[in-house]
Amino acid sequence: MTIITRRKLITSAAIGAGGLLSGCDALNRSSTFQDVLASAETANFAVQRALGDRMALASEYTLADRSPNFRANGTRDPGTADYASSAAQGFADWQLRLTGLFKKPQQFSMAALLSMPQRTQITRHDCVEGWSAIGQWTGVPLKILLDLAQLQGSAQFLVFHCADRLGGRPYYESIDLLDGFHPQTILAHRLNGESLPIENGAPLRLRVERQLGYKHAKYVTGIEAVASLAGIGEGKGGYWQDVANYEWYAGI
Amino acid sequence: MPEETIIPAQPRHRLTTRIWHWINALCLITLLMSGLTIFNAHPRLYWGEYGANGDYAWMAVGSSDTMGYLRFGDLRIETTGVLGNWQDDQGRTQKWAFPGWATIPSSYSLADGRRWHFFFAWIFSVGLGLFILRSLWNRHVQQDLRIGLQEWRPSAIWNSIKSHLKLSNIRQTGEQGYNIIQKLSYVGVIFVLLPSMIFSGLAMSPAMDANWPLLTDIFGGRQSARSLHFIAAFLLVLFFFVHIAMVLVSGPVRQMTAMIFGGKRKEPPA
Repeated sequence: MTIITRRKLITSAAIGAGGLLSGCDALNRSSTFQDVLASAETANFAVQRALGDRMALASEYTLADRSPNFRANGTRDPGTADYASSAAQGFADWQLRLTGLFKKPQQFSMAALLSMPQRTQITRHDCVEGWSAIGQWTGVPLKILLDLAQLQGSAQFLVFHCADRLGGRPYYESIDLLDGFHPQTILAHRLNGESLPIENGAPLRLRVERQLGYKHAKYVTGIEAVASLAGIGEGKGGYWQDVANYEWYAGI
Repeated sequence: MPEETIIPAQPRHRLTTRIWHWINALCLITLLMSGLTIFNAHPRLYWGEYGANGDYAWMAVGSSDTMGYLRFGDLRIETTGVLGNWQDDQGRTQKWAFPGWATIPSSYSLADGRRWHFFFAWIFSVGLGLFILRSLWNRHVQQDLRIGLQEWRPSAIWNSIKSHLKLSNIRQTGEQGYNIIQKLSYVGVIFVLLPSMIFSGLAMSPAMDANWPLLTDIFGGRQSARSLHFIAAFLLVLFFFVHIAMVLVSGPVRQMTAMIFGGKRKEPPA
């Protein structure tokens, strides 16, 4: 009697497990259910912004804490003729264009950026995949550029346009103004005391230290101030958000 | 010998315990399976703050064209067919660490795995918090899980272990109060393992690192937090299997009925 019950239980558990899996896949394909799941992003964003000082700094480390090798991920070389010729002259001709909702849209040469006040920080880069690497970054605080170009009142987001393409699409990312003005948000051009390697995003990459690695756009060519992300790419605020279900807010 | 007294007003499992038990069971299964999807994105574990492909991993799942393996330190165990090299339901060879039958979704998608994980993490965390508060308030913890001084005596613990070795003893339990091994397991899971899943998970968040830097430090760095998150998850899997085995041994129908409808609470003989 008990044996049969147990066998039945085990069989139904096995059937249940199979059903659970295919059920989960069916739910995963439902756009309504995906919207329900994605509501966690809203909660993560609201709660993580509320739990600490909105300008709280990410941990900074000492030189001895650095990773022996700083892993590169995503595009390792944009591979275009324009990029190669710019790289050949040490990116002397690289221009960073500030466009969109600025009172004084303008562009900066690398020489102009290098003559500005710099910030150096040793921080931990956390990839969405799970690995981390600690490196020393030097760059121009984004706040300096935003103060020079002066945002219009309607600006809500900063979109970072990049020189690299993944799967045929241009890479881009976006952050809100709170992260834009954060003291650790810099456009880095040096890694561990040397010119930024091509595989890590030369000549300019964004550091937005309180978010995961895919937010840290590499090969940055322009910053566009916008009121809404709707008109950019497929409107989700970034390359990975458009091509897969990655969240725009990557604080966790 | 005095008769056992049945207290009709109070079921064996309170309503809040039953509701939480089943919500929590659903959360733990989805969190584990979506967590394995996330692990598959980088099937290597490290100690300390940093850790990436060039750094030493204390545990890794890897694969070659013909085999899969699990490596602990220098010990390499072949796991072909299960980890690192397995056939999907179409018969194709896949090289993700955990196989599709163990992950949500069943085909690799880090983005979707994260969506499932964080959605159910919210339900799990809020549910655990409410259950702990409610169980202190209605004295479930103090009445049923509090471990008396005499129960801590090594001889008492040893007797309880010996008693578990006899299946007939396990069959008889399930209507009296919890024994010392049950209490230690439940207290360990509810107050240590489950909260440590939440906090080690938060310790991996770069935003929480800025908000509460101490949290990551407590776990010994982000990669240590990730390793401990994984270890604690598998301790919960171990608990799950022992828990199910004990239910099957001690009377699955009676136990399931009690966890769904409440069951009867008996006072031990006075």
